[in-house]
Amino acid sequence: MAENNKACIVGIGQSEFTRWGGIHDRSQFQITAEAISAAIADAGLTVNDVDGFASFSDDENEATLMQVALGVPVLRWSSMVWGGGGGGSIAALSQACAAVESGQAHTVVMYRGLCQGQGQRFGQAGKKRVHGNYILPYGLFAPPQMLALMMQRYMHLYPITHDHLAEVALNARANANRNPRAVMYEKPLTREDYFNGRWIAEPFRLYDCCLETDGACAVVVTTKERARDLKAPLIEVASAIHGSGPGWGTGPLGSHNMPDEDYASTNSRRLAPELFARAGMTPADIDVAQIYDHFSGLVLMALEEYGFCDKGESGAFVAEGSIRWPNGKLPINTSGGQLSEAYVHGVNLLLEGVRQLRGESTSQVKDARTCLVTGGLGVSPTSGTILRRH
Amino acid sequence: MSYFPKEMPRPVPAMNDTEFLRGCAERHLRFQACAACGMLRHPPMPICSHCHSTAEKWVEAPTTAKVYSFTVVHHASHPAVKASLPYVVALLEFPALPGVRLVSNITHVDPSEVRIGMQVDLWWDDIGEDMFLPRFRPMEKIKA
Ligand SMILES: [Zn+2]
Repeated sequence: MAENNKACIVGIGQSEFTRWGGIHDRSQFQITAEAISAAIADAGLTVNDVDGFASFSDDENEATLMQVALGVPVLRWSSMVWGGGGGGSIAALSQACAAVESGQAHTVVMYRGLCQGQGQRFGQAGKKRVHGNYILPYGLFAPPQMLALMMQRYMHLYPITHDHLAEVALNARANANRNPRAVMYEKPLTREDYFNGRWIAEPFRLYDCCLETDGACAVVVTTKERARDLKAPLIEVASAIHGSGPGWGTGPLGSHNMPDEDYASTNSRRLAPELFARAGMTPADIDVAQIYDHFSGLVLMALEEYGFCDKGESGAFVAEGSIRWPNGKLPINTSGGQLSEAYVHGVNLLLEGVRQLRGESTSQVKDARTCLVTGGLGVSPTSGTILRRH
Repeated sequence: MSYFPKEMPRPVPAMNDTEFLRGCAERHLRFQACAACGMLRHPPMPICSHCHSTAEKWVEAPTTAKVYSFTVVHHASHPAVKASLPYVVALLEFPALPGVRLVSNITHVDPSEVRIGMQVDLWWDDIGEDMFLPRFRPMEKIKA
């Protein structure tokens, strides 16, 4: 691919973030449209420049209606990623990149808006579960329970403790306490609070589980050639992947029949090396990371699968303070992540990745030039990207 | 009287699931296998992922299984389970049937006693309207 065609993120936008049900004066579609408008304005563009939309997994904010609502004159790309909820976040980014890099569209907005107060909450039983016959009659209803099964086995196989899970949750909260956009901005969390949190589905306690949020996020993707003419710093999508290992289509959200060697994992172990190879980087080149934190423990698994530490060593890695801002080897989830900033199906993590590389984070990693952002973990497809500032 | 209240979601027969559920209704736990190459698969699928044969057969599972993983559920994500909390959802393996695992419940035990590797025994839970579901209880509890 010609260097000029390489995809770059040139705009980011969001609505306010609230606890679920917090946004009731406007529709989910409206706040999503607002986030998209904000992202287009942030890029210094107008709707006349936009000719594509990408989103994921049963998005209810239809691109074809969004085109009409916003007055986008010509649409050349509209895509939605199959399945997997938050796994679709970076997958949708990846599709937006494919669209602009192949020349099928010039400027694509990737977006997600969720108002769980206006629709179905993700933490509640849903009829649409994959292979519901094999899980619902047994009381396996919602993601915390489904992913708890994988987590329990992971903790059985490797030296991972509840202290290590706590470290992920406490790190997220400490970062959120510096971020005025975060739902948990003014809510400190102590280790004692964490351990006093009620059980949701063992081994997950309350603070191991992401927030349920109302909010919307959008990013604008275009080619490097066009990005050079815009005001924002040049942030290149060095690589982006989405995909899955064998058997995950009926994985955690279904009947859990993934191969044994894959079971206690995030479904990233095959994809992560390709992500780094395509970017021409190694994990040592990453300055900061935003790792999909629907549940604390999956972040531990991901640190291993993305190569920041060896298999089974993520507990020790986080216990050393490696993920903490500002002095850790790899500060992660610097906006507070989905555990403490907001849960916009991972797109808020992507926004934070861009802010880090622009030097605009409330927990800014000094001179950050590279950021790993992962999509939803332990689902199919899962996804990840490496962003690089030029 | 079934393990969960009658408001609990029931299995709904659908194309590939009918034969599995017919087995349950007759209190036989059967897994689908490829009639050409013998590869086991669960949940049921219309084609063999190994040899792409669409011919299927059904293999009777042993009545004992091993806990591969589990979670103790404390928060009700569905109103029907409120009175059943905490309950154990387990993922079970059958060492004689490689490649298939079953989501079910471990009953008749304090949830805090459930462990990975535990041997469990099948029992059929009558959920009414001529349907039964496979649930499991620890082996040692039965001997006691
Ligand atoms: Zn076969």
